[in-house]
Amino acid sequence: MTDVAIALTVNGQNIKVSVEPRLTLAALLRRRLRLTGTHLGCEHGVCGACTVIVDGDAVRSCLILAVQADGVEITTVEGLAHGETLSPLQSAFKKHHALQCGFCTPGILTTMHALLSEEPDAAEERIRHVLSGNICRCTGYLPIVEAVLEAAEAYRKKAQP
Amino acid sequence: MKPFVGQSLERLEDDRLLRGEATFVDDIMLDDMIYLAVFRSPIAHGRIIRVDLTRAKEMNGVVAAFAGADFDALPKIPLRLAPVEGVARFLQRPIARDKVRYVGEPIAVVLATTPELAEDALELIDIEIDQLQPVVDWATASTPGALLFEENNTNVTARYTVSEGDMAKAFAAAAYTRRETFYCHRHTALPMETRGLVASWDETDGRMKIWGSTKVLWFNRKTTAEALGLEMDQVHMMGTDVGGGFGVRGELYPEDFLVPFVAKKIGRPVKWIEDRREHLMATNHSREITCDLEIACSREGLILGLRGTVYGDMGAYTRTNGGIVPVRTAQFLIGPYRIRALEFDVAIFVSNKTPVGTYRGPGRFEANFFRERLMDMAANDLGIDPAEFRSINLIREDELPYSTGKLVPYENPFIYDTGNYQTGLDRVLEAIGYDRLRALNGKEIDGRRHGVGLTCFVECSGGGPKENSRVVLERDGTISVHTGCSMIGQGLETALTQLAADTLGIEMKHIRVHNASTENLDEGFGTFASRGAIRGGNAVVDGAKNFIEQITRFANEVMDRAANDLQWANGAITDHDGTILYDLPTLAKYAAEREQSVEANGSYFSTGLTFSYGAHAAYVAVDPRTGAVEVLDYYAAEDIGVAINPMVVHGQLIGSIVQGLGGAFLDHLIYDEDGQFLTGTLADYLVPTATDFPKVRGESYGEKLASTNPLGVKGAGEGGIVGVAGAVANAVAAALRPLDVKITSLPLSPPLLWKSITETANQVSSN
Amino acid sequence: MKPAPFDYARPNTLAEALSFMTAEDAKPIAGGQSLIPLLALRMTAPKLLVDISRIAELKGVEFDSGYIKLGALTRWCDVLKNRKLAVQHPLLVEAIGHTAHYQIRNRGTVGGSCSHADPSAEMPAVAVACEAQFEIKSLRGTRIVPADEFFVSVLTTAIEADELLVSIRLPAWPPARRYAFQEFSRRTGDFAMAGCIVFWDDEDGRCANPHVGVFGVADTPLRIRDVERVLLNRPITTNVIAEATSALREAVIPQDDLHAPSAYRSALLGVLLERALLSASSRKREEVA
Repeated sequence: MTDVAIALTVNGQNIKVSVEPRLTLAALLRRRLRLTGTHLGCEHGVCGACTVIVDGDAVRSCLILAVQADGVEITTVEGLAHGETLSPLQSAFKKHHALQCGFCTPGILTTMHALLSEEPDAAEERIRHVLSGNICRCTGYLPIVEAVLEAAEAYRKKAQP
Repeated sequence: MKPFVGQSLERLEDDRLLRGEATFVDDIMLDDMIYLAVFRSPIAHGRIIRVDLTRAKEMNGVVAAFAGADFDALPKIPLRLAPVEGVARFLQRPIARDKVRYVGEPIAVVLATTPELAEDALELIDIEIDQLQPVVDWATASTPGALLFEENNTNVTARYTVSEGDMAKAFAAAAYTRRETFYCHRHTALPMETRGLVASWDETDGRMKIWGSTKVLWFNRKTTAEALGLEMDQVHMMGTDVGGGFGVRGELYPEDFLVPFVAKKIGRPVKWIEDRREHLMATNHSREITCDLEIACSREGLILGLRGTVYGDMGAYTRTNGGIVPVRTAQFLIGPYRIRALEFDVAIFVSNKTPVGTYRGPGRFEANFFRERLMDMAANDLGIDPAEFRSINLIREDELPYSTGKLVPYENPFIYDTGNYQTGLDRVLEAIGYDRLRALNGKEIDGRRHGVGLTCFVECSGGGPKENSRVVLERDGTISVHTGCSMIGQGLETALTQLAADTLGIEMKHIRVHNASTENLDEGFGTFASRGAIRGGNAVVDGAKNFIEQITRFANEVMDRAANDLQWANGAITDHDGTILYDLPTLAKYAAEREQSVEANGSYFSTGLTFSYGAHAAYVAVDPRTGAVEVLDYYAAEDIGVAINPMVVHGQLIGSIVQGLGGAFLDHLIYDEDGQFLTGTLADYLVPTATDFPKVRGESYGEKLASTNPLGVKGAGEGGIVGVAGAVANAVAAALRPLDVKITSLPLSPPLLWKSITETANQVSSN
Repeated sequence: MKPAPFDYARPNTLAEALSFMTAEDAKPIAGGQSLIPLLALRMTAPKLLVDISRIAELKGVEFDSGYIKLGALTRWCDVLKNRKLAVQHPLLVEAIGHTAHYQIRNRGTVGGSCSHADPSAEMPAVAVACEAQFEIKSLRGTRIVPADEFFVSVLTTAIEADELLVSIRLPAWPPARRYAFQEFSRRTGDFAMAGCIVFWDDEDGRCANPHVGVFGVADTPLRIRDVERVLLNRPITTNVIAEATSALREAVIPQDDLHAPSAYRSALLGVLLERALLSASSRKREEVA
């Protein structure tokens, strides 16, 4: 089976690699690019731990083949902070104790970042509904929702001209 | 300086987790690393006729493949806990040899240059297994027929009876008795990170490094070294970030032997990462208990006696956790109640299913469900309000310390030390609005029946009497704290830093608490039974105090002062009048100049356990036509003595309640009558998501300190889960009482609940 | 859970794609949200994956006088964000709102879902209930397959090995139509344990052109003609509802499976039909600006 050459942008960096077709985007990020912040919780598209942002959309990276990511722009959890400073969303998570073991957290951060970027006015019900695509075993979700509601303020400010 | 203990501080571990810069075991990439995949039995019970690795070995990219006899040098997986007499006859070899006894049991391993190729190679392994009749429950285990271990001539691994008081008298005197059979279903912890190991053997150094182990690192290290024929100090268990433990991660499993054994044999680092399908069939299951329970009461509702039989389905083998789940179930049936006559017959058996181990609140979740359901039935029969019934029977403060009696054959009786159980219940009744809600019990509102239910609990934590620490002055003047307790996401790093900072009198930012690793401490004991704060915390405090002694002595020597001339105060070496003379960076410089290390060991030993306690209340609406249950409100209260970090403690409470709600309604590991495992993906094994239980509330408070440790702290990791099944089942039962539906079984899933409702309705209409 | 090896082609045009589809053991991939889990679980192992996700001819939503045409590559999020669709086919939009989760809705497609043919999925159910038409192409030509012939069995459709689903046509939806979508699942976004779609056109308080579809209870989504006969030309009264649920109970006998026994599904379906009929009969069609 022949490798395929792809070119994509990850967290602002241009990447050129050759991959076997069956390699998932998650595996590409983790093993080839050593961006291990994106985690694998199930590899069959249910848990959401592997979520990254592709061309602005939150997607499950275990359900995308790397070859399908040719020409796209990806943001992973490693791309959310502003250098040394945590993003408003990350800071809110810390403030509200919205993570415990942290394994599901990267997938939730990218999902909520994508959601709030597009829907900064999202209310609690909408946030919960979107969050239902990410499984967390530690927190019971309440502090995550609180953190997202607080962080939304920063996204609303940004959305205003 | 304001004490750090007691403050809801943001966690130190968060930054790296939020940035995606943590190191979980699958994040470890070593040069020359190869990947191991496990070939697992597709059938539940059978005799292995043939395992042919030829085609697998010939595949491009495969480095090696091993099975059966290749691992004969490895011992069986040892018992670590709950050595009930008899269970040790049913231990597991790390690889199946002549028989397979559960779907998922390892039969062979392959090693390849990528994980994809390793999985490809599994498909090239040819096996022949003669299927045998499976054992799937007590009925098939206890009647002559299929035997998992022919040499033992039984499937019952252990059977014992514990009793206290005069049961005959209790039942003779009782105006009321009731007997029911209850069932708690098989489910498990499902941490978001599956298991994994990286093992690296350095032939020149003669050292084996293992990443991915946790919970009881030193026990695991010692056992692994013995198994590999190495000295203990040749094997090191390295700390990593861990994606949740909940009791199932860190016990020794077959892979914990297979992976390092193969790494040593091949001489290249080996990585094995469990996929989710494997995880569901290979990581410890839990909770599957049947309990035949009978209560005896006076007409006024005083419980005179409680007796019954606990049947524990342990799966195919006794592993490290021994008989712990049924043992604890029997032990916790008494709960926080004054029950003088107790008698429990415990029957533990093997079946052709995945082996069973501890899962958060092992035995308690089950026992509380059984006992609290039966109590509500009694209360209802006697015409006594369930809250009142509990108040009558809760142990009063003036009755503590209270001995439960010897309810475990190999352990001393629990002595509940301090507590005010009624206050725990009162807090919950107030918060949920019990008086208002009980008026709605059974009422139909918009097509749904409403009900409120209660559970009271006592929870034991802090087991395994000792823990160690080491406190070290680093070159740059910061303090490193080493502990024997592993980080599994529970906020221990921050909690221990708070304790160390208070003891030393310095800012938290000057302290770094390291994850447990056998490289950093000679001996540690581990993270289990919510003991991190109790044992680990007290050990750190001891270590810090010893460090103060050490650094003061060092300063006196260096400055050529008489002993005790200089002092430690306000986080520095001071003169008698309190003038700060030398800070830590300065002292570190002096130590470096002298090539001296300033450090101290600490330890904490106590056989005293701690007992948190409290209550749960659930308010539900049940749609009798679909069996759907909505949890309209939930409240739990737990007295945990002292909260080192209240925010972290609250997080444990809420998280464990939601996990428990999953256990009551969703989580379910299902086998068919052939022992075939049916819930192999997360599409079939369901856990709570953000929309399932949005209304969950609770409080952790500190009214009564633990009397058995200097900090007064109790474990806070499990109280939130142990009362959930009892509370929601009682609420559902209260809601459906007008329909006369008997709730004795979990899970409360829509099809099963609907079945109970419909069967009752059919009975009623046919009468 | 890594897929078995396969080769990969990414054609730019439909013609190229159809050419690749003639290869031995070729399978198309679009969003991959249904296919990749199958690959990961090794429940399927094609030799060649033909990535059709960038073919322009398969994209787009067109509104014609008699129908709405959904290109096979129309994603769930495209449907949900399409304001015109919200007005022109509210049933479709409501049903898609129940589909999977946020991240999956950003990739999954109407064509992918229908080609996958999970009996519990929403899109196939809407297609069958609405008498959709499936446009299928191969190098041999084009054919139009009606929904009730398109879904053959569990995970099996009428698409042949060298064919691709190009578009799905839904008949135009009259603005005054009464409809309801009822689904029961364990958690948000889970596959339905049972589901029911009803719609009719109101003629003086009576039911004209009734359509009743069910899903999650058989090998494919089904239209239940027996129930439609009960509703035809009648007002939706308590008696009619009782007759309808009775007819449904006779017409559909679900299988036992891991998640629910037959008796439960049957009862559940009856409840959903009842709720759908009540909901549709009191619903008023509102104009959305």
